[in-house]
Amino acid sequence: MGIPVEQILVQTVNGLVNGMILALVASGLTLIFGIMDVVNFAHGDLVMLGGFVGATTMAATGNFWVALLMAAVTIAVVGAGLQITTLRPLLGRDPLTTILATFGISLVLQKYALWQWGPSARQLQEPITGRFDLFYLQYPWYRVATALLAGAIIGALWLFLKRGTYGIWIRATTQDRIMASAMGIPVPWVHTAVFAIGAAMAAASGVLFGPMGGVTQTMGADFTLRAFIVVVVGGMGNLGGSILASMFISLLEAYASLFVSPAQAVIVSFVALILTLLFRPTGLFVPTPK
Amino acid sequence: MSDRPSHRGFWIGFVIVLAALVVAPTVLPPFWSRFVTEILIWGLLAMSSDILIGYTGMVSFGHSAFFGLGMYGAAAALLSVRPPNLWLAIVYGLVGAGVVAIFVAYFATRLRDIYFSITTLVFSQIFYVIIFTWTEVTGGENGLNFRQPALGLPGWAGIPFTPQTLHWFVLAVVTVSYLVLRRITQSPFGMVLQSIRENEPRTRAIGYAVERYKIVAVMLSGLFAGLAGVLYAIQNKFAAPDFVFFLISGEVVIFNVMGGVGTLIGPVVGAAFFLLLREGLSRYFEYYLIPVGIIFTLMVIFLPQGFLGFLRRQLNR
Repeated sequence: MGIPVEQILVQTVNGLVNGMILALVASGLTLIFGIMDVVNFAHGDLVMLGGFVGATTMAATGNFWVALLMAAVTIAVVGAGLQITTLRPLLGRDPLTTILATFGISLVLQKYALWQWGPSARQLQEPITGRFDLFYLQYPWYRVATALLAGAIIGALWLFLKRGTYGIWIRATTQDRIMASAMGIPVPWVHTAVFAIGAAMAAASGVLFGPMGGVTQTMGADFTLRAFIVVVVGGMGNLGGSILASMFISLLEAYASLFVSPAQAVIVSFVALILTLLFRPTGLFVPTPK
Repeated sequence: MSDRPSHRGFWIGFVIVLAALVVAPTVLPPFWSRFVTEILIWGLLAMSSDILIGYTGMVSFGHSAFFGLGMYGAAAALLSVRPPNLWLAIVYGLVGAGVVAIFVAYFATRLRDIYFSITTLVFSQIFYVIIFTWTEVTGGENGLNFRQPALGLPGWAGIPFTPQTLHWFVLAVVTVSYLVLRRITQSPFGMVLQSIRENEPRTRAIGYAVERYKIVAVMLSGLFAGLAGVLYAIQNKFAAPDFVFFLISGEVVIFNVMGGVGTLIGPVVGAAFFLLLREGLSRYFEYYLIPVGIIFTLMVIFLPQGFLGFLRRQLNR
């Protein structure tokens, strides 16, 4: 084969870094689906909105970390507002109606971003400018830090769900909505909080992605689609599965882009999704259901 | 059957609307006349997806693929044969959409609910990526431009389309398609589709081969969507990858929800409402999709049956 080993290794690193950002988006999406059966079509647009809020804050304060926090908090509030106004009335209806409602929200958010920030891409400044030698290129430390930070956020979420009191509320609501409500858990507010957490995670990934790919108002659809693929491949509502699937899909695309253009590499992940749905519709990274 | 009052009322209404649409291009100014033609084309697309959404209970987010392949199929016929032939364009368009429909039907019908939606969405994106990146054949981002074919029967020299004759041609195609689709939905086959929507396990238990019915439904839907694509290509003399992008599929779903699913006419009304809304708002506000999106979301919450369903409930009261 004509492809040198170094190139494959570089693509492996790239795939892992992209995979961690994708995992951050997808775990928010799968959390929302697992708990309230909402297929959030606007999830990618929350990523995009987070990126823009981050870019604006960054321009005002000059500090990347402030921008990251600001974006997460702002979009969490926006997400909570969206959940209360549009998704709460749909509770208990067919999940398909939530696709429709969030599709409407996605249209609104995307056009709002176009109106507010214009069609041009915003590039965020990297907070960590160091680079290290990776074979033939100077690999930015920032990318590695991003992957670690994304991992840390997901880890914190997992710990919170496992140990925190409110995390236990969330898990109880996932398992049995009616019983949880009977035990005195304020289920509607758990839903709102979960949506806000998912939105904040999406916003954080938007800001983290900003220095690498820039923020544009059309990036949302791309993220939504990719997160859908990951969540289905990993098994709907399964947090660990979607993280593994993010890695899997990102690596696949990274290797595929050795052979074809990145635009065509997306097809590889589409094919992965279709094969998964055909042969293991419950997801690749979950135990076989009995 | 046909002398039941509700049926007579339906046919009277049908004839009145049809007559109004026939007269429309002779009385309306050119802009609005063209607008009505466009509503009919999008209406046909919306109607085709109603077979899935409204009758079989499968929400397709991939109708842009059928529509777009209809457009590119027509483009292939119009670019490869001189002089451009209308009927060949229709045949090629239907073949294009049909091939995609077989593909989508075979894989996607094995899945239910949101999984079906996501799979159809992903399929349409696959075709979008292929068309977008295969520049030598499809023209890539720029799409394809071609000449409008003449209206004529096979073997006869045709007369070039005027906006008026084009409108009548589109009206004829859409009307025939509507009648065919209506007949299909009222046939035993259509009843099975509706029973799949109501209770799939029970339909299977009765002994119907549910998967086969679903495959046929997707193919039917895809063919009519492809036909709409051909009409749109002939009207606008181009094919572009934007029409394969899933936003078009989303708009089709919006047409259905706004007008009322499971009625065939509802989606056409929805398309008319959506296009009018867009036309009206875009004169005042560049980002007209913001209010359109808000209205759509509110309708999903408060009017899940759409305008027609709402009207029907009011009338039945």
